[in-house]
Amino acid sequence: MSAPEAWRLSATALAARVRGGELAVDDAVEAGWRGPAGTWEAEVRAVVHADPAARAAARPREGPLAGVPVLVKDNICTTDYPTTCASRILAGYRPPYDATVVSRLRAAGAVVVGKGNMDEFAMGSSTEYSCYGPTRNPYDLDRVPGGSSGGPAAAVAYGLCPLALGSDTGGSVRQPAAFCGVLGLKPTYGRFSRYGLVAFGSSLDQVGIFARHTGDLAAAYAALAGPDPLDATTRPGEAPDVSGWRAGVTGLSFGWPANLWREGVDPEVVGGLEEAAARLERSGATRVTFDFLPGEYSVAAYYLVATAEASSNLARFDGVRYGFRHADSADLRALYTRTRSEGFGPEVQRRILLGTYALSAGYYDAYYLTAQRARTRIREEYRAAFARCDFLMMPAAPSLPFRLGEKIEDPLAMYLSDIFTIGANLAGIPGLSVPVGLSRAGLPLAVQMLGPEDGEPVLLRAAAVLEAGGEVARLEGEDTPEFAWPTKR
Amino acid sequence: MAYEAVIGLECHIQLATRTKMFCGCPAEFGAAPNSNVCPTCLGLPGALPRTNRAAVDAALRLGLAVGCELRPVSEFARKNYFYPDMPKNYQITQYDRPLCEGGALPVALEGGARRFGLIRIHVEEDTGKSFHPERHGDRPVSRVDFNRAGVPLLELVSRPDFRAPAECAAFLTALRRLVRWLGISDADMEKGHLRCDANVSLRPLGQEAFGTKTEIKNLNSIKGVEKGLHAEIARQRALLESGGRIEQSTLLYDADHDRLAVMRSKEYAHDYRYFPDPDLPLLVVEETWIEDARGALPELPWAREARFATQYGLPGYDAAVLTETRELADYYEDLARGLDGKLASNWVMTEVLRAVKEESLTLAAWSAKVPAGRLRGLLAKVAARELPGPLAKQVFAWMRDEDGTVDELLERHGVRAQGSVAELEPLVVAVIEAHPGPVAQYLAGKTATLGFLVGQVMKRSGGQAVPQVVRELLEAELARRSGS
Amino acid sequence: MAIDRAEVERIAELARLEIAPERMGRMATELSAVLEFVAALGRLDLARLAPSTFAPAGTPLRADELDDRRIPAAEALSAATEHDDGFFLVPPIVENVNP
Ligand SMILES: [Zn+2]
Repeated sequence: MSAPEAWRLSATALAARVRGGELAVDDAVEAGWRGPAGTWEAEVRAVVHADPAARAAARPREGPLAGVPVLVKDNICTTDYPTTCASRILAGYRPPYDATVVSRLRAAGAVVVGKGNMDEFAMGSSTEYSCYGPTRNPYDLDRVPGGSSGGPAAAVAYGLCPLALGSDTGGSVRQPAAFCGVLGLKPTYGRFSRYGLVAFGSSLDQVGIFARHTGDLAAAYAALAGPDPLDATTRPGEAPDVSGWRAGVTGLSFGWPANLWREGVDPEVVGGLEEAAARLERSGATRVTFDFLPGEYSVAAYYLVATAEASSNLARFDGVRYGFRHADSADLRALYTRTRSEGFGPEVQRRILLGTYALSAGYYDAYYLTAQRARTRIREEYRAAFARCDFLMMPAAPSLPFRLGEKIEDPLAMYLSDIFTIGANLAGIPGLSVPVGLSRAGLPLAVQMLGPEDGEPVLLRAAAVLEAGGEVARLEGEDTPEFAWPTKR
Repeated sequence: MAYEAVIGLECHIQLATRTKMFCGCPAEFGAAPNSNVCPTCLGLPGALPRTNRAAVDAALRLGLAVGCELRPVSEFARKNYFYPDMPKNYQITQYDRPLCEGGALPVALEGGARRFGLIRIHVEEDTGKSFHPERHGDRPVSRVDFNRAGVPLLELVSRPDFRAPAECAAFLTALRRLVRWLGISDADMEKGHLRCDANVSLRPLGQEAFGTKTEIKNLNSIKGVEKGLHAEIARQRALLESGGRIEQSTLLYDADHDRLAVMRSKEYAHDYRYFPDPDLPLLVVEETWIEDARGALPELPWAREARFATQYGLPGYDAAVLTETRELADYYEDLARGLDGKLASNWVMTEVLRAVKEESLTLAAWSAKVPAGRLRGLLAKVAARELPGPLAKQVFAWMRDEDGTVDELLERHGVRAQGSVAELEPLVVAVIEAHPGPVAQYLAGKTATLGFLVGQVMKRSGGQAVPQVVRELLEAELARRSGS
Repeated sequence: MAIDRAEVERIAELARLEIAPERMGRMATELSAVLEFVAALGRLDLARLAPSTFAPAGTPLRADELDDRRIPAAEALSAATEHDDGFFLVPPIVENVNP
């Protein structure tokens, strides 16, 4: 294969060629920029910080991800690019340290090729709330790529890079992965270090991975997972071994909580889900049907816990030590309120207010504490489900990618687009969004699979079966099925 | 109407750990501004806290020393408020579930010892430091240094059991001694290692219910605590006596002008929105850790003070002075081995403490120079009446600057004490024979003349005899003569 | 549970945000809608449940040893809009006023 087509390769195939000397690191890293980015980036706008010099500075020839270009969401700290959370309040801010996930990526040989667009501070489900303007969905430029990690999802979908990092607080990796037709994994809470991930809802946040191929997901997971002394909330002990991702699903059972999509879910989404379930059954998995707690409770608990934590996490943005400071700050009160009111966008301000309210005197018990109790209830619900099956299947999002501007004026409608993803964050369990084809209109269809804590190996096995149309053996090297690339229209 | 003050204290103790509470930066004092900072203690986006075991251990030791109940599982919480010296605009502290609860601190008061009850002791992080008012060009500014941000603190909250400022001062003095004794803090109030806020209310004498309280901040010396409290009690009393009402408020004490300023705060300013810190899992202290800490606890200052009084027969004052620090108590006990306790106490309290002060030494530096064993050699000779007082003090002075035992020092300086009976006997006889008048007066019952005769013998010995020995020899010789 | 404008003002004050008067009404309406939605939690039987918290494994404890994560003062200051002579600069702190 000639160098210009290297962008089509899976990350593992690309790394193998770099290690073998068949492909120059520069060609590996720049392939996406020279190829598909020329076609797509001007309209999709997935990338908010790029720097050819920074890309050229890294020349790794070794490691499982040698020479693999990776786009990193703009809320994950990197020393070689700004980290702004797509917010005016961090305009131009360049961290003096790399996030642990970034150091681990680099140690594995990967090259950070830029920073991906997002909803400001990861608060959103459409990548419309960005100070850099929205990212568009490569499968339909009038539609959103999902959010909040829309930039990294779209970049992987159009071919800029085979892997990208996002963050998932309530579905911000899985939902845009579903909208952009790529794989999106949110690991078990504590499996990936949060050190260097700018906090939104600390008890819910996890860094996640976008990939086009299950094997790449496994390689990236192996490189990133594991305890970090810099993050007290990482799980002690070795991360689960995902190298058996091609083992198939024979003997596995999946839960089928059909009550969740009886209404309010796009029929094409349900159709994709049915088809995927049937494929898993044909491959040897069994279906267990039961009812599950409706997702509205998760959304309600989530919007109290996440905003409460956010209201405190975002207090540090005050114009004193870094980032934007309002020019007219004659006294301290003005410094704080003007800087924060101009630095934060309206959705961020809305959530800070909601979270402040949920924690404030007289409301703490009724809101924050109640939400934390509900969270316990939701965890128990998942625990009970995993006593009956190895993993759960459900939609990743209730709808197909919606149009830009469609939900931006209605916060609650936007919040409800996370109804299927939020539960995993509340329960701390892993979730994986897997593409399963295209809708009649050519938009990506996806399913979501949820596993118990440390259930990533099982999720990857099921994803591989879906990727290979049941023939897992095909996922070997050059035989890997071609990704369903978007076409420009 | 007579009023009674009700006072509770809230003390912050800066721990003498090597690193900060939640990061590996040095916790030292005096570095160049903003040079002991990292992403965590500077509150950079994405940085996370990691707990210093030594700080938790210090809290356990203090908690055990004052008999707190220790919580095997406690919780860190965030206290949310905006302030420029607070990097994250929240402070990591403990709220609902503190590490230590209850307990009491024994305090020596004029009427005897009393135990003042505690509500809680918990671990938290300090803020940075701001300097103001300052100018930058033509603008007024404040300057902020984050070196202190994240340094570990213990917060100790007392029960409202104090009725007088002097009790508070005594409590702080006892607390300062204890934390130094345990080696957990330098507790230097001038350097802000020990800070104190107080809650004060007044109520008519005999009334059970508390009055409206005010909080005084900035009580940054023991004298300041007393003066600030007196000022606030006077202010409240004057207000009540003129028919006014106390407003719940926070006041700042300005020690330089002995003045209280009311903090202006907007209506909702004190809603701290505490909630469990999601970055820090629960703090679990296993039973073995508690037992190890308990086992490593030294004999506590008040226990040692009491033991000194009984074991060495010391007056209460001596026992208190000698147990001011653990180093001093150790030095004293080492010195007193095989000696009269009071003799050793006198020497430590006068000579040793004066020398330490004159030379601005730490006791550790003093002990290196004049180890207790060496000084014991000198005191043993004093006790055996081999050295007269003035000469012993001279030897002590030599000891401060030179090496060597007492005998070596005497020899080096060409001085020897005329201590033995054989040496002094001829002098005694000579003096008796040279002064028949005083001798006759003494024998006639005018014993005061003995002092004159002792002085004469001392003179003939060149000041090198031990007066007590001379006195005894004279008495014996005169008795022999009167009886013959 | 509806939030009125005064309540929005109170929490904006706590959060150090300034909501323009013309946005105030809309913010109150939006927040009220969300609070009405979260009231659904009241239908769950939660009384017997403890609030969710971390696994009882306990926070890892760090040895009291210096590490190498310090940032030089010049670099720490370089991200600030205003600094001088090693210090971050802020508008004057007035001791007895809550900023
Ligand atoms: Zn630090």
